[in-house]
Amino acid sequence: MLEIKDVYKTFNAGTINEKMALRGVTLKLEDGDFCTVIGGNGAGKSTMLNSIAGTWPVDNGMILIDGEDVSGLPEHKRAPFLGRVFQDPRMGTVADMGIDENLAIAARRGKRRGLAWGVTKAEREEYRELLKQFDLGLEDRMTAKVGLLSGGQRQAITLLMATIKKPRVLLLDEHTAALDPKTAARVLELSDKIISENKLTALMVTHNMNDAITHGNRLIMMNDGKIILNISGEEKKKLTVQTLLEKFKEVSGSNLSNDRMLLEN
Amino acid sequence: MGCIFYTPNICIYTKNENGEKMDGLISYFSSLNPMTFVSQLPGNIAQGIIWGLMALGLFITFRLLNFADLTVDGSFATGGAVTAIMVINGVPAWAALLTSLAAGIIAGLITGFLHTVLAIPDILSGILTQIALYSINLNIMGKANLPVSYRNYDLILSASNIKMAIVISLAFAVVLIGLMYWYFGTESGSTIRATGSNPDMSKAQGININVAKVIALALSNGVVAMSGSLFAQYQGFADINMGRGAIVIGLAAVIIGMVIGDAIFKKKSNFVIKLIFVVVGGILYYISMGIVLWLKMPTDDTKLFTAVIVALFLAVPNLKEKSKNSFKRAAKRNNKNILVEGRKDA
Repeated sequence: MLEIKDVYKTFNAGTINEKMALRGVTLKLEDGDFCTVIGGNGAGKSTMLNSIAGTWPVDNGMILIDGEDVSGLPEHKRAPFLGRVFQDPRMGTVADMGIDENLAIAARRGKRRGLAWGVTKAEREEYRELLKQFDLGLEDRMTAKVGLLSGGQRQAITLLMATIKKPRVLLLDEHTAALDPKTAARVLELSDKIISENKLTALMVTHNMNDAITHGNRLIMMNDGKIILNISGEEKKKLTVQTLLEKFKEVSGSNLSNDRMLLEN
Repeated sequence: MGCIFYTPNICIYTKNENGEKMDGLISYFSSLNPMTFVSQLPGNIAQGIIWGLMALGLFITFRLLNFADLTVDGSFATGGAVTAIMVINGVPAWAALLTSLAAGIIAGLITGFLHTVLAIPDILSGILTQIALYSINLNIMGKANLPVSYRNYDLILSASNIKMAIVISLAFAVVLIGLMYWYFGTESGSTIRATGSNPDMSKAQGININVAKVIALALSNGVVAMSGSLFAQYQGFADINMGRGAIVIGLAAVIIGMVIGDAIFKKKSNFVIKLIFVVVGGILYYISMGIVLWLKMPTDDTKLFTAVIVALFLAVPNLKEKSKNSFKRAAKRNNKNILVEGRKDA
């Protein structure tokens, strides 16, 4: 269960570049909720995810994971609760390390890292089986440096890393945006599969309204640092891109401005 | 007699009183005795291995952590200073060596503290510790130069027995490479490699990157100080300036080793081979320095030669890439094609 209570965040406070990115964001996700997040440019989607991940401390408000306030914990101490996949495929993996070593680092999230081997033989077998499901041929390249792989392959590995230890919340930040359409669809399909199989609680930022509608059981729309729409249940199932655009206009009084969003829909 | 090209030792091109040219080059080359070079080779190798150890320490920060740590100029001399003063006061050389290691670790911890807790940029943190160590090293030794001759003290190695020095320093290298191979394969060592390569990912995977950085800096400077200790014993004295330019010599070893190791093993290269070639790089650096001195180039200019060698080896991989992949080449290729097509049209 994830609860965000009245979170505020301002960047570059007191300077000419001051930007109030979050203005009282409140959201509650029940266990197993898969919530998609859409919104215009600079609406605060990624900022909200980063505030949960602890990239920086929030100015005001609380972030609770399973009832425990984590807003005072730095990023690496929150990591055990979270699985994260970033927009840039290079960000989620260590290019200089093998596929097996990357997965082993993720498998030790939240554990003390001592002088035992970084990756054991038994683990390698386990990872091989996990990678087989992906059907990307990665299981035969276990020791290959991740830097040699394609963006889609790296993103698939990051996804596996994020979920190899069941996270309390999975944060997907436009994780298919940098991929070609075919690979993006494949990675999205994998995400769906992993989330439903493991009954994960997930937040997925996307700029593709169709994806936002067809995936997950909940949808929120953000604008100007606030959540302006919160749709779930039957209403979410009936949603179309057209009704979503109309709703946006109704709530915010302006047209949705996300160049990529409008191009793709 | 007018010298055209002059160094303190040689006069290559001369004219006699009558203005007739004398062939100075011949007399210069005939004055070079290959045997002197060969006889100096073992000494170069021994020094190369000791500096190779230092380069292995530098490898931890420079290659694995991606941190340009200038502390090493100070911590190398600290290793020598601690060893000299302790040995003179009757402490066994091995105990002095271990204390040097500890002193280096402390130096690394201080740089780590400056960088992680006080958020001072990496290069500046290293420089601050380095400059502080200059005073500390003077305080340790009480003066700028402290002799520890093998005649008066029982040392681990010394230039008086070069063969033994090579064997002992090689043993140190083998043990150190083994330890590094083991440690950087462990969970803890992996956090350092991950932090150096992708700090964002490391944080997202629950790694405290500040701790990883401090551990790497401490280990690196520990190794550097240890090699400083061995070097002081080898040369028979510790000097306040013995670490001056250490980072460049260490980088020379790391980079020469990397370029040559990659050229020989190509993609088959692995971590152990890379570490071995760091030591090989140290040896090759000292041999090339030996050649420079054998050619009777002035000793004042050795640092200049070092800089040139490091610049060359740093440039090689980039120049190689450029020769395959350059705008000039693209322009040339297209010009050729235009010419060919033009002829067809005619």
